[in-house]
Amino acid sequence: MKIGVFICHCGENISSTVDCPRVADVCRGYSGVEYSVDYKYMCSDPGQNLIKNAIHKYDLDAIVVGSCSPHMHERTFRNAAVSAGINPFMVEIANLREHCSWVHDDIEASSRKAIELMRMAIEKVKRDKPLTKIKVPVTKRVLVIGGGIAGIQAALDTANAGYEVVLVEKEPSIGGHMSQLSETFPTLDCSQCILTPRMVEVHQHPKIKLMTYSEVERVEGFIGNFKVTIKKKARHINEDKCSGCGMCITKCPIKKKAYNSFEEDLAFRPAVYVPFPQAIPNIPVIDETVCTYYKTGKCGMCLKVCDREAIDFAQKDTMHVADVGAIIVATGFKLYNIEKKSGDSKYKGYGEYGYGKYRDVIDGLQFERIASASGPTSGEIKRPSDGRVPKKIAFIQCVGSRDDSKGISYCSKICCMYTAKQAMLYRHKVHDGEAYIFYMDIRAGGKMYEEFVRRAIEEDKVKYIRGRVSRIYEEDGKYIVKGEDTLAGMPVEIDADMVVLATAMIPQDGAESLARTIGIPYDKYGFFNEAHPKLRPVESTTAGVFLAGACQSPKDIPESVSMASAAASKAIILFANDTLEREPVVAKVNEDICAGCFYCMKVCPYGAVEVKDVKDMNGIVYKEVAYINQGVCQGCGTCTATCLSKSIELAGFNNEEIFAEIAAL
Amino acid sequence: MSLCYQCGKCSAGCPVRYYMDIAPNKVVRLIQLGYYEEALKSETPWLCAGCLTCSVRCPKEFDLAKFMDAVREIAIEKGVEVKQENILKFHKAFLDQIKNHGRSYEVGLVAEYKMKTLDLFQDVDSAPGMFLKGKLDLLPHNIKNRKEIKSIFKKTSGKK
Amino acid sequence: MKYGYFPGCSLTSSAKEYDISLRKVIDKLGISFDEINDWSCCGATSAHVTNHKLSTALAMRNIMLAEQQGLDNIIAPCAACYNRLIISQNEIGKHSGIRKETEDLLSVKFKKDIKVFNILELFLKSGINKIIENRKRELSELKAACYYGCLLVRPAAITKFDDAEEPESMEKIIEATGAGAVDWNYKTECCGAAHSIARRDIVVDLSKKILDDAITHGANVMVVACPMCHTNLDMRQRAMKRKYPDHKEFPVLYLTELIGLSLGMDEKELGIDLHYTNFKYADTLLNNSAKG
Repeated sequence: MKIGVFICHCGENISSTVDCPRVADVCRGYSGVEYSVDYKYMCSDPGQNLIKNAIHKYDLDAIVVGSCSPHMHERTFRNAAVSAGINPFMVEIANLREHCSWVHDDIEASSRKAIELMRMAIEKVKRDKPLTKIKVPVTKRVLVIGGGIAGIQAALDTANAGYEVVLVEKEPSIGGHMSQLSETFPTLDCSQCILTPRMVEVHQHPKIKLMTYSEVERVEGFIGNFKVTIKKKARHINEDKCSGCGMCITKCPIKKKAYNSFEEDLAFRPAVYVPFPQAIPNIPVIDETVCTYYKTGKCGMCLKVCDREAIDFAQKDTMHVADVGAIIVATGFKLYNIEKKSGDSKYKGYGEYGYGKYRDVIDGLQFERIASASGPTSGEIKRPSDGRVPKKIAFIQCVGSRDDSKGISYCSKICCMYTAKQAMLYRHKVHDGEAYIFYMDIRAGGKMYEEFVRRAIEEDKVKYIRGRVSRIYEEDGKYIVKGEDTLAGMPVEIDADMVVLATAMIPQDGAESLARTIGIPYDKYGFFNEAHPKLRPVESTTAGVFLAGACQSPKDIPESVSMASAAASKAIILFANDTLEREPVVAKVNEDICAGCFYCMKVCPYGAVEVKDVKDMNGIVYKEVAYINQGVCQGCGTCTATCLSKSIELAGFNNEEIFAEIAAL
Repeated sequence: MSLCYQCGKCSAGCPVRYYMDIAPNKVVRLIQLGYYEEALKSETPWLCAGCLTCSVRCPKEFDLAKFMDAVREIAIEKGVEVKQENILKFHKAFLDQIKNHGRSYEVGLVAEYKMKTLDLFQDVDSAPGMFLKGKLDLLPHNIKNRKEIKSIFKKTSGKK
Repeated sequence: MKYGYFPGCSLTSSAKEYDISLRKVIDKLGISFDEINDWSCCGATSAHVTNHKLSTALAMRNIMLAEQQGLDNIIAPCAACYNRLIISQNEIGKHSGIRKETEDLLSVKFKKDIKVFNILELFLKSGINKIIENRKRELSELKAACYYGCLLVRPAAITKFDDAEEPESMEKIIEATGAGAVDWNYKTECCGAAHSIARRDIVVDLSKKILDDAITHGANVMVVACPMCHTNLDMRQRAMKRKYPDHKEFPVLYLTELIGLSLGMDEKELGIDLHYTNFKYADTLLNNSAKG
């Protein structure tokens, strides 16, 4: 085997503390080394040509480059080797920069260390085997989880590019939080008016299969080849027969047993219901927990009035399997609430604001419903407790956000804007009403956002008070809000008729367990982690799984929509090829010596280990061994290290290669 | 100190806020900015009742009540003129009783406080009542090991 | 169950009735106390607001005595003493420097983790059922405003027994006596505490607000567990009356006195006559004491 050695100076990054010519000289003396040279910039075009020419001239079989981290230029040097006719896996990188020159200052000592690093790499390359990339097919169908505005946008973009979409939504209707909003900042256009056409488009799109009232149960497989199991919860309504006439809803005798969650518990709903009139699909759901039929076996009023025989009390949850090539996660957010939390909760409640015992102390989404023309008060601003029109409202920002003591340190980002909007809407609807906003900072970075906040202050006379509120308590039907104007240095007490808390956006219930099901990482709050905060913001670290909207961090509508389109385009890019190439650095089991203990299966973070039957000549199974799915394996090496019988080898990093490196030290 | 982001929740909930010259959060601000003298001269730390409302509600978990203890201690150490001098005189009179007897001695406390402040008439309404009800003992409750208490006072009073 | 007992200075003078009633009640409930020998003042507000080292040493001296006496725990009925003791304990537990400094001052090494309990914890742990069993008098006429003040539940991270904003442990005890408890706003607002003498004006204003809120919410008696609060809310009602002429006298009882009443003890026995305000229900209550 003829080996070429190439030592890079990296300008002065390496050469200032490593004597590069000396390293090249010493390497030249090692057995198997045919050619050794140092150069100022090995990654430059002339540097790469130096490598290519040497390969041709000296008929090299393998090369070792002493340079920066393989994260930077491994691909560069492998490509150079390939163009000169060498297998890319016959290239080794010795990291002389991050592991040597940058972290030492003694030239003599670091030169010696550089020589050691090179010798190790040379010994490894001698044992390297040529490897070929693995090709896997791609299923050109995408799963979108979550039917809020982000999921809707991602589904439409992918479907309009010609690919099939399975859109899974856990609620009975798509639309998400955006369908609950009254008007949107900074333009004050009606949220439902701009959203519902999109919802209809999803419903009618021939490429989109909509699965509402459904949840993802299991995800198997890998990029290009996911197998997803979806649970479709029983609606107790036959979807094919139901015409959406609503007779069952009108006639249901249960009127005040269940809170209407779409109305943020400000109203009741019957036992059979659709969340809101524009629901997609317009098919009701029977709530077993309150329906009389499920308690006593009697009633059945809906059954009697349905002339299409769509009511099906016996309907059961069903499981469905979908093969998809990519997954877009768009599960969105929910709001932190101030109620007392159990001891194991990550968050604490606000006892100083009454732990939610005051009925007119509401959160931002409740105010949206009260201000919405389709809401429980038909858009008239009224107090939930007694229906009176509040003449003074205190809005409090940063409730639960930027509050370490309650467990949330982050800024919830959109509250400054929606609070300004809500105060503005209130002033538009109640002309003699006073609106106070307690804030810490106004964060209005966005197109026309700052102008919008100024408009609330200058035109709509909303009074901003800089200071956090310490306490709220009820006195004679008023809510005493105790604050401090930190700009004036004066204590402030507002006797408000109603208090609106801009509570923090937190991940949806079950976000963490869904992340574990899919196999994507999340942060300490349960927001899903992107692969790189700047350069790969819509990809998860799991190949083929993309993120959209507030499931990744608090976001407003335009940001969620942009991210959804970006995630869709990532899926579309994936589908541009019929097969995928994967790195061949994967683990392989030696079936002869595998003891079948399956420790590897327990430790594999990617679920790549399967059970394989080994049969004798007569086709009778005589043992079970581990089998590693090469499409799923990410080459992390955990199984290799865990294997008790030493029967797993990682291609490109096998035991012989590693021991040779160590022995060279 | 850098924890405080000046939200003012401490001042908003402070029960004695209305009697203070500057808001509690401003005392922190002055010290953040290096205006130590202004902070030490303020009445605010002396009016702080130590009720801990600020500390338990602080979103940054900054123990402002303890911080106020430190400000007062430094003010005494530096000999800064205390505007709420009666409050300081009360604390001194109280500690004198403990130093001498090991326990609080209310008759001695009130006598010493009144001598120091020359505020002879306040509380004339409650003292006789307390005597009548047998609540004020004319003699102090001396503990046995007063030597130890005196030594604790001596060792902790030295200039640091 | 046997507890170490740290009465604190107030319970030997201005809050004598708290000590008297506590001893009577626990005796009846079969709980016994072992008083710390030669205990001294916890340092109170005056020490911690002026000299941190002194305040820790004064508080820890009593913990030291308890340890030497072989006690596992201490009941500190005075909320202020309780607070000083647990905060000092917590500090020496967290900061080895302060621990060393204090140990040097007292020439001692702290070995044992002595649990300091407040009066509410005492009754929650070993009193509720016994109170119910031994109840002799009907108290349902009473609507109590349970006043925790500042120092009983704060800081919750250290006291760790009830919520700092919406505590409810005292209400549980009150319910065991058969009296009612009202929901009100000022459970944990400060009464002005140690400013009682030097800034009586502040104490009068703050205490007045507290009493008024209790009355507004339908209370006919206030129940406290702190001598300092009791002084401010009870004794200062005279000064309150001068500043706010329409102020109506409002009775303020120690928790132990209310428990004592439910156990059938009389007003004098419990020291209720030592208060400045009259407990106007006493007569009617004593008249219908025949239940047991």
